[in-house]
Formats: sequence, C-alpha cells, structure tokens
Amino acid sequence: MSARSLDLKIYAFLIAVGIIGPLLVPSITSQMAVMWLMVLMAVTWDMTGGQMGYNSLGNITFFGLGMYASAVVQIGLVYDVMEYTASFGAIKVDFTVSQYWTGLVLGIGAGGAVATVFALVVGPFMLGLRGPYFAIGTLGLAVAVAELISGWRYVGGGSGISMPIFPGEAGTGSIVFYVMFFVLAIVCHMVIRAVYRTRFGLAINAIRDDEDKAEAMGIHTTRYKVMAWAISAFFMGMAGAIFGNMSGFIEPLEVAFPTATFGIFMVAMALLGGKGTLWGPVLGAILFHIVKEVTWTELLGWQWVALGAIIILNIVYFQQGILGWAQDRWPALFGVTVDEKMSRTGQAEAAE
Amino acid sequence: MLDNISILFQAPIFAVDLLIQGLLIGGIFVLAAYGLALVWGVMNVKNLAQGELVILGGYLAYQATLWGIHPIVALPVAFVLMFCFGWVIYLVIIKRVVDRDMFTSLLATFGLSLLIQQSLNLVFGPEVRIAEAGFGTLILGDLAIPVIRIVSLGLAAVLAVGIILFMRNSRMGQAIRATAQDPRAARVLGINTDRVYAFTYALNAAICGSAGVLVAMIWNIQPYYGLVHSIRSFIIVTAAGLGNLPGVIIAGFGLGVWENYAGFVFGAEFAIAAVVALLVGVLMVRLFQLYRVRQVVR
Amino acid sequence: MRFLKMDMRAATVAAALTASFGLAAAPADAKVEGDTIILGAAMSLTGKYSTNGIDTQNGYELAVDMINKNGGVKVGGKSYKFKVAYYDDESTPARGAQLAERLINQDGVKYMLGPYSSGLTKAIAPVTEKYKIPMIEAEGASRSLFTQGYRYMFAVLSTSEQYLASSVALAAELAEASGKKASDVKVAMAFENDPFSLDVRAGVVEDAKKHGMNIVIDDKLPRDLADMTSTLTKVKALKPDLLVISGHAKGAVTAGRQISEMKLDVPMIAMTHCESAKITENFGAGPMEGILCPTQWSETLSYKDDLFGTAGEYDALFKKTYPSYKTVPYQAAQASAALQVWKDAFERANSFDTEALRDAIAATDMETFYGRIKFAPEGNNIAKPMVLRQIQGGEYLVVAPTKWASSKVQHPRQPKY
Repeated sequence: MSARSLDLKIYAFLIAVGIIGPLLVPSITSQMAVMWLMVLMAVTWDMTGGQMGYNSLGNITFFGLGMYASAVVQIGLVYDVMEYTASFGAIKVDFTVSQYWTGLVLGIGAGGAVATVFALVVGPFMLGLRGPYFAIGTLGLAVAVAELISGWRYVGGGSGISMPIFPGEAGTGSIVFYVMFFVLAIVCHMVIRAVYRTRFGLAINAIRDDEDKAEAMGIHTTRYKVMAWAISAFFMGMAGAIFGNMSGFIEPLEVAFPTATFGIFMVAMALLGGKGTLWGPVLGAILFHIVKEVTWTELLGWQWVALGAIIILNIVYFQQGILGWAQDRWPALFGVTVDEKMSRTGQAEAAE
Repeated sequence: MLDNISILFQAPIFAVDLLIQGLLIGGIFVLAAYGLALVWGVMNVKNLAQGELVILGGYLAYQATLWGIHPIVALPVAFVLMFCFGWVIYLVIIKRVVDRDMFTSLLATFGLSLLIQQSLNLVFGPEVRIAEAGFGTLILGDLAIPVIRIVSLGLAAVLAVGIILFMRNSRMGQAIRATAQDPRAARVLGINTDRVYAFTYALNAAICGSAGVLVAMIWNIQPYYGLVHSIRSFIIVTAAGLGNLPGVIIAGFGLGVWENYAGFVFGAEFAIAAVVALLVGVLMVRLFQLYRVRQVVR
Repeated sequence: MRFLKMDMRAATVAAALTASFGLAAAPADAKVEGDTIILGAAMSLTGKYSTNGIDTQNGYELAVDMINKNGGVKVGGKSYKFKVAYYDDESTPARGAQLAERLINQDGVKYMLGPYSSGLTKAIAPVTEKYKIPMIEAEGASRSLFTQGYRYMFAVLSTSEQYLASSVALAAELAEASGKKASDVKVAMAFENDPFSLDVRAGVVEDAKKHGMNIVIDDKLPRDLADMTSTLTKVKALKPDLLVISGHAKGAVTAGRQISEMKLDVPMIAMTHCESAKITENFGAGPMEGILCPTQWSETLSYKDDLFGTAGEYDALFKKTYPSYKTVPYQAAQASAALQVWKDAFERANSFDTEALRDAIAATDMETFYGRIKFAPEGNNIAKPMVLRQIQGGEYLVVAPTKWASSKVQHPRQPKY
C-alpha cells in the first residue's frame, strides 16, 4: 500500500465519520465540532512545532485575534462597535438573516486575514529567537496580547462582547458550526499535506534539522519560517472566528486567549499523536478529545491534575508519540526506506 | 496617562513612594530569578514551574498561620520542606529531561506547573489567601511604608548572602560551580553530577518557596498566580544574562520599580501587560545584539 | 447525590443508544416522575467558582428539603416533591451551555434553576430560551441579562449595577446634609476588569453622572490581582471623597490589606465582597472601621415567610443544617428563595405545562425571608432593594436604605490604624 493511497483512505474514513457521526447521534454534534477544532489546532501547531522545529506556546494568539476581528466586523456592519461595547451588552441589535450571513462570512474571512497579517508582522522578530527563547517569547506574546485586548475599551475590554445570535430554529446553529469546523479542519489538513510535498516542506524540514546549514545552503530561512507560521495563523484565525460565533459570547482571557487550556492542549495533542508526522496530530487530537469528553466530568476537579500528569508522562517517557513510535517500529509502513548498513554506521557515529 | 505623569511631577513625594515600594518588592523578584539562573546555568533546565514553586511556598506560610504559627517562623520550615520537594521532583521528572533538548525541559516543567496549580486548587480552593504578619506601618512624613516589606527585603538579603557564601566556600557550592562550567570535566574529576543537579534543583525550589512565604505576607496568593511570577523570573534572567549575579539583582529591583510606575501611569489594567511586553522587548533586544555579533563575524 | 448522578448517566446512555439505533423520538419525558418534580441545574462544583457554586447548591438543597418536609408542592390536589438534577459545569460558560442542552434534550428536564455567576447564566439563558423552558435563577446579577428580551428567565436577586450605586447616593446625601453640593464630591474608582465588576462600575458611573460628581480615578484591576499600590498611591495624591472598589474576594482582600497598610484617610470607602474576604477577621476591626459593603440580603432584616420564618430563623436553620458555615452567604439565601418561587408558581398555575408556569412565574408577587419578589417584564426582581452595611466596631450594621437601616451611618469613617 503506497503512502498516497493510505492517505486517501484515511481522508475517506474521516469524512465518513464526520458525516455519519452527527447523523447517528445528533446530541453530540457540538462535542464533535470541538473535536474538529482540536484536530485543526494540533495540525497547525505541528506545522511549525513538528515539521520546522519551532515550538510555539503562543499560537493561541491567532485564535483570539481571529475571534475579535470577526466580532468587530460582524457587529460593525450593522451597528457602531464603540456604542455597542460601551453598553455592556445592554443594547440588543437585531440582525436580519441576510445581514447575519454576510457578517458571518466576512467575519470569518477577516479573522483569517487579521491573524495572517499579525503573523507576517511579528513573525520576522519572533522567529529570530531560537529554541526555548522562541517558546518563552511566544508564550509572552500570547499573554501580552490577551492583557492588552482586555484593557482595550473599543472591543469591550474585560467585559467582552456578545456575538450576534444565530437566526433560525433551535439546534440548527450547532449543525452549521459543526459543518464549518469539519470542512475547515479537513481542508486545512489537505492544504498542509500538499504544502509538505513541495520544496517548501523540504525547506522547513531542513530548518528543523539544522537551521545554520540550511541557511548556508542558500535557503531564505526567515522567509520560510514566517510563511509557515502565517499559514498556521490563517487557519487558526478562521477557527477562532467560528468558535466565537459558536460560543455566542467573547471574553478575552478565557474564551479568546485560553493560553493554559487550548493553548497547551494543541501542543499536548500533537506530541501524543507524534509530532512531525502527517497523521500524528490528527490521531492525537481525536484520542485526546474523546478521552477528555468521556472521563472529564467524572473526575471532579482531578481532570486538570491528570492533564498535567499526562503532559509530563508524555514528554518524559513517550516523547515520540504514538505514530512516531509506530514509525520507528515499522518504518516500511510509512514509506520510509531504511538502509540497514547506513543506519548502523549512523548509530555508531551517534555513539561517538 | 499624561495627567498621571503630571501628578508625579507636581507631588514628587509620590514618585518617591512608588520607587521605594518598587524596590522593596523587587527583592523578592531577585530571589526567584536567582533560583532560575541557577538551574538554567548549571543544568540547562528552563524551569517554567518557577512561579508555582513560589506559590507553593506561599501556601505553606498560609497553612502555618492556620495552625497559629507566625509566617516568619514558617520561612525556615518552608525552606527545608521545599528543598525536599525539589529533590523529589528532580528524581521523578527533571532527572530524565536534563540531557534532552531544551524544549523538553520547558514543556515538562509546564506540565509540572499545571499539576501543582491544580493540586493546590483542590486542596486549598480557588480563593485568594494571605498570611498576615501584623507588623504595622512605618510613617515617615508623607510616606507610609509597610514594615513587612522592609522586613522581607531584609530576609531576602540574608538568604541571598547566605546562598552566595555557600556557593563560594562549601564543597557542594564548588562542585555546583564546577559542573556549571564543564559537566564532563567535573565528572572526570570525580564529582557526582547527578547529585549536584539534584541539589541545585532542590536549592532552587527552596529559594522559590522562601520567596513565596514573603509574597504571601506582602501580597496574596491564589493557585493560578504562578505564571506571572515565572514570567518575571524569565525577564530578569534573560535581561541579566546567565551567571551575572549583580545583573540579576539590578534587573530584579528595576522590574519591581517598572511595575509600580507602569501601573500608576498606564492604569492598573496594563500593569501585567507592561511586564509581559517587557519580556518580549528584552528578547528582541537580545536578538538584535545577536545580529550585531553575526555581522562582526561576517 | 452520587446516586442521582448515576441515574442521569444511565439516562444519557439510554438516550444516546435510542438515538443511535435511529429510534430517536421525543426525549424521555422525565419532567415529573411519579410524585417527584425534577428541576435541572448546571452548577459550578469544581473550578474557580466552586465555593460559591457549593453555597448555591446547599441553598437549593435546603429549600428542597424544607418544601418536601412541609407538605410538598400541591398541583391538581396531589402533593409532589421536588428533586434537583445537577451537572458540574467546571465554572466554564461553554460547558454550562452544553450541559443545559443535555439536561433539556437528553434528560427531558422542563424546569430549570440557574447556575452560579452572570457569565454562566449568560451562556445558559439562550439555550433555555430556545427550548422555551422556564428558568428561575438566583446568581446571575448582570444587567445585560435583562435587556435581551428573554421571556423564560427570571431572577430573584437585584441586578449588579445596584451594588454600589447606593453608596454614591449616600455620598450625595451626606454632602448636601453638610452644606456642600453633591457635584463637589470627588469619586475614585477601582474595578476589576471582568464582566461582573464592570457592570457594578457602570451603575456607579451612571449615578455619579446624575449627581454631576467628578470621577478623578478610574482604574481597572487585573485579574491576577495581588497588588494595588499604584492605584492607592494615586488615591493618596488626589484625595477623593469617595473610594469605590469591586473585584470579588481577591479585590477586597488586597484592598483591605493595603488600605490598612497605607493608612488611607478617604472619608468614605465602599467595596463589594467584604464578607467573603473576611476583612475584619483578617485585618482587624479597627483599620476596617467605617467601610461600606453592599449585600443582597442580611440576616438582620425583618423579612419573613411561612416556610422558613424570618431571615434570622433561616440563618439559624442553615447553620444547623450545614455546621461548617460560620456566616450564611447571601448566595445560599437567594438560591433557597428561587425554589420558593417555583413552588408558588406550580401551585398557582396548578399545572405542569411550561407556558402556564411561565405566566404564573411572571405574575409572582410574594414575601419571602429573602425579601419581596416581584418580576419586571424583563425578568429581574424589582421589589427587593440592595442594602448597604457599614463595619462599625467589627459588626456589619445596615445603614442604608433608610427604611431598613438599623443604625446611623458613620461619616467620615473613623478607622483606628
């Protein structure tokens, strides 16, 4: 079985699950919507974290910026944003159905665009940082942006913004947002898979393996790094815009910039599934989400302690992740050809 | 913002007030940052759980007050307990990430910080807690300076001097310094580097825990307050550079003052943003310095 | 409780199974089982609101117990018992909304009780509204909840913009009594940057504007609030006549400690959450003397009803039932009152139909130990005032509004640092 046909089969399987799941069990639609969001987050994180070796702890910034951009666009189309936020939700704006849908589409587009522009602007600076400094810097960036937005009165500051209410029957809203997340996650994975197969993919892998050598070979490392981060940002921004509409109420520190939950989940999921592999983040995200949904409420507070423990165990004892482990075990299955002799000399060298 | 600045010029006594309060609080930042510089320099571990170790120390002080023990008395106890805790953490987690790439230690300690936060939340609940020393206030004309802040600065200084003397003169201190310079050579010369690492991490935990006792007496503590303390330590160490103790001290006091002035001038809602923005700023400055070095090489 | 949770889980699994076999019909009809009326609630049992969430749950449970023991709820000549089904919402709004759907869709609950906090109520109200399920909530005070045109949500408590507005009115009154103009009063404000406190702030700003007062400081406190030095230094520099602070318990703890440390001599200080921050126990009665604290309810008020008796008797009963409480939080009292409204509505509607019940709730006008309850068309309780208590000699004494005042307000405050 070639890698290509395997990929196609996995896509077919995921799409089937995505369509049949909510049809069979309609009550889990919103849980499944969040699952696709998790997949998207893990896959976009892995693009810089796994494939390029730049471990960001602040990708959640793009999510929050996208969410706020869409809120401003959607409300601004119909009403004065300043007046709306100054009233702390006391003003109820009635959107007509067509206003709602134009707003939603434009808002999601604006979410992606603003996040991308932000990545392009700060990217050259942040991506100049290496190793742990990049991780700490991005974490700092996420916290700083969240704090600044919660002090910015135009977007409601700490009291947040209420989003336009979904028009139409009870329950249809969750289906619409489900479809959006589902399509976005699958498209995102396809785009990123296509990107990996080009020269671009090779370049970012080269940066991961040895950035200085890559630069010496004439690869414009900064340009590639910023582009990769911007692609992640584009999808994260759109996902943020959809999530904001799904939640109905945006608030800076817990809904838009949840650094300690979603921000860390995406890293944990990519690591669990196997970072730097095509399907690892997807597998990790789905497993993580299912386990979380099934066990979470039963643990009564211990779930967060368990999360910390899982991250530690994962990092300390099982760093290559599920697919990484499988790839080491059965390399042929992943289209990796191992020259026994070469790898033995390689090991000998490493032992030196 | 401008009218806030004008207050400072019209009534300079308040500028002095902010300066003194900032310097007094800066002493605590120095402690936690020194601990970070130690583990970072000696064993190359970026400890993101630094703030949680501080908060954990604070809860020990809080628990002491519940038992009717004065928090100052709890300080040496917290030092010892946190030392043991740090040693255990080293054996279970840190030991296995010391030789790995740097992101591993960062993420593992992040997991540790979640673990500590949430356990504290389960044990003590989400409310803010304090340990009241009840020392009153020193009045100097228009200045009102809480005595506890002066006392805690004194305690921080005593602790810092003690640790510096220990590093200079004791056998273990010499071993730590040797390992920091060249672990392989240290091993060849018969130093048990594993033990040195354990000791270093435990010492860091003890220093942070003591800082936490002081924090609980001056400010307040809550299970989730650790991150800001971690960020402060990272700012100070990145700004000062590793192995630069005078730098750490100056940067620590500077940060304390900056926080107070930023809160006054921009409004309290931007105080934390000002701290974090400073971290990003410091990293950027370091980056440009690196560029300059590169150009020279070229 | 545990048993009930198991029950619910079984029901969920059953519902999921039916659905997955394509047999999905109307959700299980669980609103009334035998002689038990089931109410649903998402409750913050873990996470950052857990303390107050548990207070609320205890308030609900105490009222359920008392109602069931004293003849139950009479509908159509038959006596029914109340039972509340809870889920833990982990103090997160997104989770709360999901659980409300689950209660209504999968568990067939037709009558809801509110969650803890405005944020969660904001998340849940659109869901109950969508399914036309009446909800009586006791813990969501934000004014913005009552401007959305919700038909099925009713709140027994006073809205949050009233929390500190009464202190502004009091300051104006005192200024005029001493021969000054109300517009001469300088106000300093320090509010936490979160939805609740900003709502409280909006009420203060509105009232200050009405009196033409001058707002000299308007600081927002960060969420990781540990230090207010810079704000209080500003207060010392600008010498306002009134300082208002709101930032949950952490705001009151920080403010209490640093007011005492910096020996602040502002003549009038008002702040929320004094009781839950235990400021007199922590920082001494002397330094905290004269601070004004608003409360939804106080055990010293003369409200009463047939079930619990007076406010004081409720206080005693609650402490007897839950011995771990030294003082009864108003959160528990208002939770109990919500169940009294449900009982009253069921008996007046004399039916289990949600529409009839909604109309009955809307027409509520009753006296309870918690105060009078009468809903505005928007759903908030307009019959019960916020009361303002002042710390005098370590005791919380009601000083405003005049109708309920048990002692005179001390002005300017005379702290003993």
